[in-house]
Parts: sequence; structure tokens; C-alpha cells
Amino acid sequence: MGKEQTLSRLSSLHELEALRKSIIGSRDPSKFCVTICGGTGCLALGAQDVITGFRREIQEQGLETKVDLRITGCPGFCERGPLVVIKPENILYQQVGGEDVPEIISETIIKGNIIDRLLYIDPNTGGKITYEHEVPFYKKQKRLITGDNSNIDPTIIEDYLALGGYAALGKVLFKMTPEEIIEEIKKSGLRGRGGGGFPAGIKWETCRRAYGDTKYIICNCDEGDPGAFMDRSLMEGNPHSVLEGMIIGAYAIGGHEGYIYVRNEYPLAVKHAQIAIEQAKEYGLLGKNILGSGFDFSIRISRGGGAFVCGESTALMASLEGKVGEPRAKYVHTVEKGLWEQPTNLNNVETWANVPLIIKNGADWYSTIGTPNSKGTKIFSLVGKINNTGLVEVPMGISLKEIIYDIGGGIPRGRKFKAVQTGGPSGGCIPGSLLNLPVDFDELNKVGSMMGSGGMIVMDEDTCMVDIAKYFIGFLQGESCGKCIPCREGLKRMGEILTDITEGRGKDGDIELLERLSSAITDSSLCALGSTASNPVLTTIRYFRDEYEAHIRDKRCPAGVCKELVTYLIDEEKCPGCGLCVKACPVEAITFMGKRKPVVLDQEKCIKCGSCYDVCKLDAVIRK
Amino acid sequence: MVTLAIDGREVQAEEGTTILEAARENNIYIPSLCYHEEVTPYGACRLCLVEIAKDGRQRLVASCLYQVEEGLMVKTNSERIIDNRKMIMELLLARCPNNKVIQDLARQLGVEKTSFKLEDNQCILCGLCIRVCQEVVGVSAISLVNRGVDREMATPFYEHSEACIGCGSCAYVCPTNAIKMEDIGDKRRITMPTCQMEFKLKQCNTCGKYWAPEKQLDYIVEKVDLASDAFDNCPDCRD
Repeated sequence: MGKEQTLSRLSSLHELEALRKSIIGSRDPSKFCVTICGGTGCLALGAQDVITGFRREIQEQGLETKVDLRITGCPGFCERGPLVVIKPENILYQQVGGEDVPEIISETIIKGNIIDRLLYIDPNTGGKITYEHEVPFYKKQKRLITGDNSNIDPTIIEDYLALGGYAALGKVLFKMTPEEIIEEIKKSGLRGRGGGGFPAGIKWETCRRAYGDTKYIICNCDEGDPGAFMDRSLMEGNPHSVLEGMIIGAYAIGGHEGYIYVRNEYPLAVKHAQIAIEQAKEYGLLGKNILGSGFDFSIRISRGGGAFVCGESTALMASLEGKVGEPRAKYVHTVEKGLWEQPTNLNNVETWANVPLIIKNGADWYSTIGTPNSKGTKIFSLVGKINNTGLVEVPMGISLKEIIYDIGGGIPRGRKFKAVQTGGPSGGCIPGSLLNLPVDFDELNKVGSMMGSGGMIVMDEDTCMVDIAKYFIGFLQGESCGKCIPCREGLKRMGEILTDITEGRGKDGDIELLERLSSAITDSSLCALGSTASNPVLTTIRYFRDEYEAHIRDKRCPAGVCKELVTYLIDEEKCPGCGLCVKACPVEAITFMGKRKPVVLDQEKCIKCGSCYDVCKLDAVIRK
Repeated sequence: MVTLAIDGREVQAEEGTTILEAARENNIYIPSLCYHEEVTPYGACRLCLVEIAKDGRQRLVASCLYQVEEGLMVKTNSERIIDNRKMIMELLLARCPNNKVIQDLARQLGVEKTSFKLEDNQCILCGLCIRVCQEVVGVSAISLVNRGVDREMATPFYEHSEACIGCGSCAYVCPTNAIKMEDIGDKRRITMPTCQMEFKLKQCNTCGKYWAPEKQLDYIVEKVDLASDAFDNCPDCRD
């Protein structure tokens, strides 16, 4: 093994390019390649059976020379997983199960036939779609960062090298000075993707200039927003792009030690990052004397315990140091005094992954994408009441409407759109009237929400906005570190008031009190968790005040969500006495009175679960 | 020396001092609960917020943490600060409605009653006791446990702390008197919001008075390398 390692270690740019050539030369682009998404989403849907099935069939039928198998990262279309794409033609099979594998081999690989039932059906046209690139979900996306996910086995560095990986690193080490790199990043307009949107180039420059012997480079992969999985998918699917970005950053800033802080709930991301680091080390792309340039940089992984607040940079650094993950005031910035009091440059996973792209293609190219103040693309995890749940990457400036309707395929079951929450739990809820809003850092801030790290939760008409505000405040009060009084005590009181409102105990003045409390929590909290925590409350009051008023004054929940404010009644005119609701009721509150006679609902027994309402096909159950 | 203006008054302060320290040096009042000059500032109570003008915008900063800068303009009593302080006091008054210190401070800052449901705590979780125990005493017998609204000040596992020497520094610095210390006969009792501990007191060889916890005296003997009989007599009976 030792001999092999020294042999494979690259000690010049020339050797890197020679290796790349030999990898590409050894691959036949016209050979069948079955790519299976091995991301967490598809694995949860049963992709492992598909992977095992293909391995077995290929081996048993001796097809190794005819077809390659590649287990890739997440291509984004999680809604229809497990996903299988057959290259070079890019035939997309969706919702594939282990039992489908023999047929795919015998029909598609051997005979070249398309299997109709595994194709995606466009819900709008009803037509079947054969090729991945024709699926509407992908059409409006611009997958600069995530696009390679489906072409790379994240555990094989050669896959990344074959696609031009580490070329940007070669370029900076031998053709650019650190100052030139920083200038390039500044010119590109890249802003931090972790939430704050701070210009990355300026951060790097300040850290480079900061006084200190040791400078640390950190990758923040502590993604903790409910329903967000951008960073996870990137770390799982293309870890080398993140490493390459970090090494370039380290060289530009003058750092020799780096950390990837990743939450332990992301086992696959941890595993793939570990493998990637080992492989990069073996090739001499990480460690001492990288590519023979004389530059040293090493990366270690630190696994987080899953506290949401540890995504905040100072709390993350405290946790890295082995202390309790609590934020501190940032009057002295972390680029001056961060980890162990040394200058520290922290960027988010997605920010790092943007770096090789900018270096490779140039800042001029990069800055043509996006809006004047937000450049490049942004990855969102599109979740909630949306047809195409998944990971989407779009150019900055695309409208919310395009994301939700053209890419997301609209709202399921013909329901009406009500709001979209962007930016994670402390983002704001944006109403339908603002759907034409171009998505960038500043526009989202203007309407009371934020980019955050890219969560996007879609809500339909059956969502109660007061209940939603209560949910997010509940999440945040549990995840607040509890250090400062406004955040800890303020969020607790906010939760109490919202609970009272949703349970029919709302009083006049509650809205005003919530506003006053929000203002103080925003203004006086110690860290960004507290200062943004009121957004869900403030935006729901701003855009859905009538719902608050209905709860408080009329003791009514317009969306029919808040149990205490809802009554279910049987419409005797409409009820044919079919008995479906009688069977559905879990507490026997509905009595069957005989055929063609309306059923009777006992209000005393009713627990307001809504089962009767959901099963009745004739709208004979009224929710008030 | 750095020159800055606090509420329009020009004051001078050593470089590296905080706005709060500079203000107190010059008899300018800024309320605070979690600050103590002997320990690292923490910035948790947020009562010492002041408004500074920087880079063309007004910001609120915790004066116990923000260091003085040349030409800095500081306001300690703007409407924005007063509104924030009042809300913080309302929150504290709801948390500790029966605490005299909180009641008095609330009244002083213009808060007569709170808009929120009343609890019955004495501790505001400012962490002063913990910082003193760690930084001054050096034993770290107590800490803040749990997260968010469940946060508490406690000994490990809420049990009698092996590390505690019974010195009572925590009770001494507690701004709301949430920690009680009493000497009863040959015992010292320290009562914290989540735990009660008792310590044996040492008897003076000469006058027979019980005067300090044995554990504390043993700790000092070891720490400063004194003779083992250094504390056989109480301070009054030493020559």
C-alpha cells in the first residue's frame, strides 16, 4: 500500500493533468452507465435494493464490459425517488424498486427498449417523459453546483478529476497570487450562502490581513433548519468540490489548518467527507506540499451534536473548541479572533463549492449570473405542500412563482397557494401577492424574510398562519441557547401568547404585544438566532393579520387547523348515511342511523381530529 | 488614552476598557445585572445596551463587551434603548415577580407591571455565580445546564457537588440574591435554586468559634502551599 501511495502522489500540475488525461482516456463515453441516486432521500425510499439488484444482475449476467454502475449523490428530484438514470442517453426511470432491476437490464440495457411504466408522467400534460433533461423540474434550473452530483460517485476521486476537478486548485497554486485570488472572488460578487450573505472576498481579505500566526479555515455543515438539506446533499454528493474550495481559500488567506464542522445526524455526509479527505491526501491534493507547490493544508472533521445554534459561527467555534455551543458578541470579528482566538475564516458548504467554479471560469463569467447584488445560483430545498419536493438550484433573481410552479409543479391536490417561508425557521412567510418577487438576498429582506441558507417551505390554504408562527417559535425556543434574556424569555412568552391565541384564549392587544415583543427581541438579542427569530411572527402578522383577528375576536380558525376553535357538523341534507365517517372516527363519536339516514355526531365525544372530514366524499361534513 | 462622547459628554478612557467601565469611571449610570468587574463580561442580561453611531448607522451594543474607540458617540438613554430595557424588565418581572431587586430595578426603569404570565423564580440565569466559581475561586462546581427555556443553574446532576468548597462566592455575587448562604452552628448551608448543600465548619482552636468551611480552608492551604496548621485559629485569634 505504501508503495502505491507514493506512486500516486502528484507532485506537479503536469502530473495532475496527466492523471486526468489517463482517467478520461480509460473511460468509454459511449458505454452504458447506470447511475443510481445514493443520497439520503433516495436511500430512505429504498435505493439500496436497487443498487444491490443492479450489482447482482450485472455480475450474474457477466455484463461488466457492457455496463458501468455508478452510485451518485442527489440530483434533486427527491419527490420521484429512487431515481435511476441510464447514460449516455440520460433515460430517467423514477420510483424504481429492486424488483424492476432485471427488466431494466433485459429490456433497456440489452435490447435498447424504454420501459414505459417507469417513466415520469408530466402532471400538466399527462405525457410521458423519457429523458432526464426534458423533465420540467430540471428545465428552469441552473445546476452549476449540483449538476455534477449525478455524474460523480462521491467516494471515487477519479470521477471528480475526470470532470475537471482540482484544475482550479492547480490554477491558483501555480498561476495566481493569494491577492489575485481574493480580487477574483471579490469581483465575482460571491456572497456567503450560510444566511448572512456577507461578501466572501471581503471576508477572505480581512482574514488574510488579520494579525496572527495561525489562521483557521472552517466549513460550516451544521445545517439545522427543519426541512433543509442543501448542504447535506452537497457534502454527500460532491465533497471534493467543497474540499477544493477550502484549499483554494486556505491558500488565499494563508491558513494551513481547516475544519469541516458537520452534524452527526448526517452520517453519509460525514462518511463521504472522510473518504474524500483521505483520497485527496493520497493524491497529494491535501496535506504537505500540495501538488509540489510548497503549500501545506490539512482538513479535519469535527462532528456536531445537533444543536441548531451551533450553526451560528461563534457558537460553532466554541463547540469546536470543546466548549458549550453558545454564541458570543461579534464586536471583534471572527476573522480577527475566532477559533482559539486566532483569525478564522468560516464559510458555508455551498459558498466553498462555488469557489472552484469561479476560479475555473472567471469572475466575469460568474457575475453575469444573478442580480446586481446577488450573483450566481442558489440551492433551495423545496418542501411542504408542493408537487415536486426536492433540491433545486436556480439563478439568483428567478421569481418565487417560477420556483414554485414551473420547477415545483405547483400545489398538490389542486389546493390554493397561501404562503412560502424562505430562510429556515427564522425566515418570514411570503404571501401569494408577492410571488413575482425576484429571489435574491436583498429582495427577500425587503419583504421581511431572508435568504437564510436556502430552506423553502410551501404552504397551502389548509395551513393556519398563526399555527405556523407557533410552530417556528416553538422550534426556536427549544433551540435558543438560553444565554441572553430577550431570546430565552422573549421567545417563551411569544410561544405562550401564540398558544393562547390558537386555543381560543387570545385577547385584544395580543397582536400589539407580539409586535412590541418582536421588536425588542430583534433589537436586543445577542446573536442572529435571536435577532431573526421574530420574523415568522412579524411576517404572518404583516400579511395575514386577518387570521390573527379571526382567532382572537371570533374564536375561529379560518384554515380549520386549530382544534380548539374548530367544530365539525354533519350536513343532514347532504349526508346519505354511507357510514364511511363512522368507520373513520377513532373515538366512536359518530353513530350510524340506518341507510339513507344522516349520521349523528356527538360533540361531547368528538376530538376534532378531522378524520370524518377527510373521508367524506360528498362534503357532508362541515368544518366551522 | 481614547476620547469618546457618552451622552454628549466627552470622557477619556484607557484603550481596551469597555464602554460600561468608561461610563462608570465617569459616574454615568448604565443599568446591568450580569456584569462584575472581577470576571469576564458575558453580555447576557442586555440591560447595559447602549446606542452607538458607526459606519453611518445606529446600532445597539452591549456596553459591558464593546470596547471604547476614539471619537465614538455613545447614547445611554435614547428612546430605542429605553423601549428595549423596559421590555427586558417586563420579561424579568414575569420571571421573578417576587424578587425585590428585580421589582426595584423595574420601577426605577419605569416598569410598574408586566404583560406576561407570572412565574416564581429568583434566578435570572445571568451566570455570574458560574463565572466567579470558575474564574475567581477556580473550582467550577456549578454550571448552566440544558438549553433554551429549560436552562438552569445547577451542580452536576443536581446533586451535592464534590468540587464545591462552600466558600459562598456565588451567593456573594448573585445580583438577585437567588443563592442563600447561612451558617448554622457547626454547619454552613448553601441553598441554590436547584440544590441545597451543607458544609462542616472549622472550629477555632482558641475561641471555639465555627468560622469557615473546612473544605475551603483545605483548598486554600493546598492552593497557596501553607502549613497544615495555618488555619487552626480564626482571624480574630491569630497574632
